[in-house]
Amino acid sequence: MVEIVVLSGKGGTGKTSLTAAFAHLSYNHIICDLDVDAPDLHLILKPENIRTEAFFAGHKAMIIREKCENCGICQEMCRYGAVSEISGYPFIDQIKCEGCKVCVSFCPSNAIDFCEKQCGNWFQSDTRFGPMIHAQLFAAEENSGRLVALLREKAKETARQKKLDLILSDGPPGIGCPVISSLSGASVAVLVTEPTPSGRHDLERVADLCAHFRIPAGVIINKSDLNMAQADSIGKFCAQQGLTLLGRLPHDPVITHAMINAKAVTEYDQGEFSGRVAEIWNEIEALSGYKSIKLMNDNK
Amino acid sequence: MKVAVASGKGGTGKTMVSASLVSVWRSPVIAMDLDVEEPNLHLFLHPEIKGKRTANMEIPVADESRCSQCGKCAELCQFKAISLMGKIILTYQEMCHGCGGCIAVCPEGALSPGYRELGEILWGRTNYGKFLMGRLRVGEAMSPPLMRQTKIRLTEMTDLNGTDVIIDAPPGVSCPAVNAVMDSDVILLVSEPTPFGLYDMKLAHQAFSQLNKPMAAIINRAGLGTSEMAGYCKSSGLEILAEIPYDRGIAEAYAGGRIIADIDGEFRKLFTGLADKIKSIPEASGRRGVPNG
Repeated sequence: MVEIVVLSGKGGTGKTSLTAAFAHLSYNHIICDLDVDAPDLHLILKPENIRTEAFFAGHKAMIIREKCENCGICQEMCRYGAVSEISGYPFIDQIKCEGCKVCVSFCPSNAIDFCEKQCGNWFQSDTRFGPMIHAQLFAAEENSGRLVALLREKAKETARQKKLDLILSDGPPGIGCPVISSLSGASVAVLVTEPTPSGRHDLERVADLCAHFRIPAGVIINKSDLNMAQADSIGKFCAQQGLTLLGRLPHDPVITHAMINAKAVTEYDQGEFSGRVAEIWNEIEALSGYKSIKLMNDNK
Repeated sequence: MKVAVASGKGGTGKTMVSASLVSVWRSPVIAMDLDVEEPNLHLFLHPEIKGKRTANMEIPVADESRCSQCGKCAELCQFKAISLMGKIILTYQEMCHGCGGCIAVCPEGALSPGYRELGEILWGRTNYGKFLMGRLRVGEAMSPPLMRQTKIRLTEMTDLNGTDVIIDAPPGVSCPAVNAVMDSDVILLVSEPTPFGLYDMKLAHQAFSQLNKPMAAIINRAGLGTSEMAGYCKSSGLEILAEIPYDRGIAEAYAGGRIIADIDGEFRKLFTGLADKIKSIPEASGRRGVPNG
């Protein structure tokens, strides 16, 4: 089974629009939206949910006023500044609480409740391009890394059941917890960048992260005509770092028009832009090893 | 006054707006980059870095000769960062959230504080005032602890009376984004009028509403997509403070590392107008002096 995850470091470089196009261009796959914080892929794929499950992770600490003797130990021991005093009693700010249980364990009056909390929902769905696993973390929640790990597990399970050879995932921006959780153990990372100072800087960091986890990576330079010199320089950077340059795409509003029409760009328009996206997908198939799996299946 | 520039969706123009606001701000201002995973503000403000320090998080270091295998540390840890295997204490450094619970609970004093590097905090000056940023170590998963330490550095840099702070926040609406905006006086949501931009702005608006702070919208790439965003802002009481037009020239200037407010007089006027509107927000809503959190 091949697992391809689309990342970028910087947000807004075109991860989701390109993932939707790759989902349209390939078959025998399961699609996964690992940006559980601000997921957008469903806006194009319009999934029909067939299963919704609650995602529980971590706990929240809450003071039981009747038992509290106001000794101040909880406030003293909390490393996250989550405990403050409000009208003479300690109060735990749920947004700052990390769920570490230290206050609960050290409270001499057993006056702190510690209940499991639901951080979001995850969904199994059908789309016009194939099955999809996705989620929505509740507003301002944490544990996105664990939810990402859960989605990947469910995607693998479904892929095995349905005998699918490919997991295609739209990843989150950044290089922190949910990105690390999306990346570790994947077959290949596709890094979408743009020729701007931020795009370049963030590509270097996410490429470093791939090297750190020894995940082979390919690069797509989107909006490449915004600054040709920078695009060329990114091309050189890829060559130096052993990153495969998968292709360049121009700055073209067709990608936005497709999004507004809830279509993958390759589905919406058969012009030059879509042709280039198809060439890039071909390169990704080769880099990830999915092409050889396809050839093997064709020969069966 | 602390102004957090946030967005929900990435790539909508947070850094572009932050850099431009800093460049036109008429009173003393500190530019602070809290997008510690992918900080970009320095690429446009070109600060002269005057100092830096490593940010660490406390993690446990085990002395097995003192361990009595009571298992209290593993029982308390909520992050599976410490466990006992026979007589061996296993610690998983990168899973540790630095709560200090295991060290405090150990009856034998077998655990002592060690450190894991989170990243760096850097500060200096730009042409427009002081500058501060956090930069996460590549491979480190947790950005909120580094953000907390960067905010501590801010309090050391200046007496905040009379100095404003413009915070470039990370994308998203979960813990890193909330951490970046939670101590601000006003939150600006920068978005673009596309289906993705609108969906993520709604998520951000919903997430940050829990903080009870004044919020307002800035629409970037206005004219690019649909008009639904204006409708959403109107119906949910989110004032649109500025609209930045969809213009290839802006995208090219940004790609060339330029501050958009410097392009010409018209853009300068757009951002000075925006800065004036922002400054009038907290007084108008009477929220100054309300405790954070």
